[in-house]
Amino acid sequence: MTTTQPRPAVEIRDLHKSFGPLEVLKGIDFEVGHGEVVCVIGPSGSGKSTLLRCVNLLEEPTAGKIWVNGVEMTDPDVEIDSVRRGIGMVFQSFNLFPHLTVLNNLTIAQRRVLRRGRAEAERIARDNLERVGLTDKADAFPAQLSGGQQQRAAIARSLSMDPKLMLFDEPTSALDPELVGDVLTVMRKLAEDGMTMMVVTHEMAFARDVADRVVFMDGGVVVEQGPPQEVLGAPRHERTRSFLSRVLDPTHVAQLGQPDQSPEPPQPPRLPADDRHNL
Amino acid sequence: MKLRRRQRERLSLWLQYLAFIAIIAVVIFAADWGRLREAFFRVDIIESMFPTIITVALRNTILYTLGAFAFGLVFGTVLALMRLSRVAPYRWVATAYIELFRGLPALLVLFLVGYGIPIAFPEREIPGGVFGSIAIGLGLTAAAYMAETIRAGIQAVPKGQMEAARTLGMSHFTAMRTIVIPQAFRVVIPPLTNELILLTKDSSLAYVLGVTAQTIEVTKFGRDTLNDRVNATPLLVAGFAYLVLTLPLSQVVRRLELRYAKAR
Repeated sequence: MTTTQPRPAVEIRDLHKSFGPLEVLKGIDFEVGHGEVVCVIGPSGSGKSTLLRCVNLLEEPTAGKIWVNGVEMTDPDVEIDSVRRGIGMVFQSFNLFPHLTVLNNLTIAQRRVLRRGRAEAERIARDNLERVGLTDKADAFPAQLSGGQQQRAAIARSLSMDPKLMLFDEPTSALDPELVGDVLTVMRKLAEDGMTMMVVTHEMAFARDVADRVVFMDGGVVVEQGPPQEVLGAPRHERTRSFLSRVLDPTHVAQLGQPDQSPEPPQPPRLPADDRHNL
Repeated sequence: MKLRRRQRERLSLWLQYLAFIAIIAVVIFAADWGRLREAFFRVDIIESMFPTIITVALRNTILYTLGAFAFGLVFGTVLALMRLSRVAPYRWVATAYIELFRGLPALLVLFLVGYGIPIAFPEREIPGGVFGSIAIGLGLTAAAYMAETIRAGIQAVPKGQMEAARTLGMSHFTAMRTIVIPQAFRVVIPPLTNELILLTKDSSLAYVLGVTAQTIEVTKFGRDTLNDRVNATPLLVAGFAYLVLTLPLSQVVRRLELRYAKAR
C-alpha cells in the first residue's frame, strides 16, 4: 500500500484557521511524505499546535483542504472516526485515562474501535509497552507513573492502534528535564523504524538529529523549511534566526523585540556539537 | 495577675465546656422524663412494631428509594448529556425540564404521576404498580437535580480526555460512555449520595398514592401505628429506621472515595 500510494501521508493546501476574530493559520501549504519525520518549530502562538490539531481534525479548519493518507479530512462527509484510527496522536499533557490501568489504556480502543479480542489486544498492548520500556507497569494506574513514563505509555497507546502516521504535540514540554530523554529516545526509535511523524517540539537537538525536514512557523505562516542542517544551522530568514537565538541562548536578551536595529547582524545560532549528521 | 496567651485560651475553652454542660444539665433535669417516656418510648409499642417495620416498611422504603434513584440516575444522565449537546433543541428541552422540575414540590409531581398517567392512558398500567409510580414520580424530580450534578461532573473531566479518546478513533458516544462518564461519576459520588439520602426521606411521600399493608413504607407505617395506639413512640422508631439506612450510606461513600482516589 505504501509503495503505490500516489499522495503524501499528509497534504495541506491553503489552510486557514481562525478562533473568532483571531486568525491563527494564514494560508498553510504543507506536506509530509510517507516515512518522513517532520519537526515543526516556532515561537508560542505561531500556530504550530493548531496546524497539528487540524491534521486529525481536532480543530475544524476555517478554509483550505487537508488529506491524510489520501483521504480528504476536510470533506464534510468524511468518516472521521475511521480515518483517525490511522493517525496516532501524543499530547503535551499525556491524556492517559486515569481511571484505567496502563494495560487497559492500551486495550480499550483496540477492543471498542478495532473490535480485537481481549487476548489479542493485550498481546499487542504488551508488545508496545515493551517497545517503550514499560513492561513492568502494565497494571499500574497512570497516577502512579512519572511524567516520562506516562508519556511513553501514551505513545504505546497510540501505537497499539497500528497508526500509519503519528502526531506529536510538544510531547516533552510538560516533563521534568531529566525525564525528557527517555521520551525522545522512544520517538527516535520510532523514527528509525520508519514511522511517518509530524512533531511539534522545542527540542532543537531532537529536530536536528532525527528530523528529515524542519519547518519553522511564525505568525500563522510557514516562514521556511528544509533539512535540519539548513533551517537550524544556516537559517535564511531573519525571524528564524532570532527565534533560534532566543531558544538556544535564552539568557541573551539584547536583541529581544528589536532585532533589526541591532548594529551587528545577529549571529547564526550555535547548535551543540553534532556528531550525527548522517542520520 | 496577667494570664499568658495559652492560659487565656485554656480558660476560655473551659468556660465554653461549662456553659455547654450547664445547658445539657438544665434540659436533662428540667424535662419531665416520665411523661416523655410515656409519649415517645413505650417499649410494648416498639415491640409490637417488629418485625413488620423491617420486613415490610423498611424493605419498601429501600425499594422505593432505589427505584427512584435508578430512574433518576439514568434519566438525569440523559438530561445532562442533552444539556451538553451540540443540538440546540436538546439543550432547550433539557434546560426547561430541569428548571420546571426543580421548582415543583416532589409531592405534587408524585401526585400528578400517580393519578395523571392512569387517567391519560386508561388502557395501560405503570409497570410495577405502586413501586413503578413512586420510582417514576420521585425519579422525575431527582433526575432534574442529578442532571445538574452530572453535567458539572462531566465538565470537570479535562477536555484532553475526550480528545485522546477521539484520536484513538472512538465515536463521541463511545468516548463519553467509556472514558468521560466513568470519570465524571467519580467526581459526583458525594453529591449523588446526598441525593440518595434525600430520596430515602422523600420516599415517605408514597402515602399520597394510597399505599396498602403490603406497600406501606416507614413513615406511613409509623403514622398508622401512631393513630392506632394514640402514642408518638412509632415516630421515634421510624426515625431510627431511617438512620439505620442513611448512616451506613455515608460510610460506604467514604470507602468508595478512598478507593477511587487511587485511580485518579
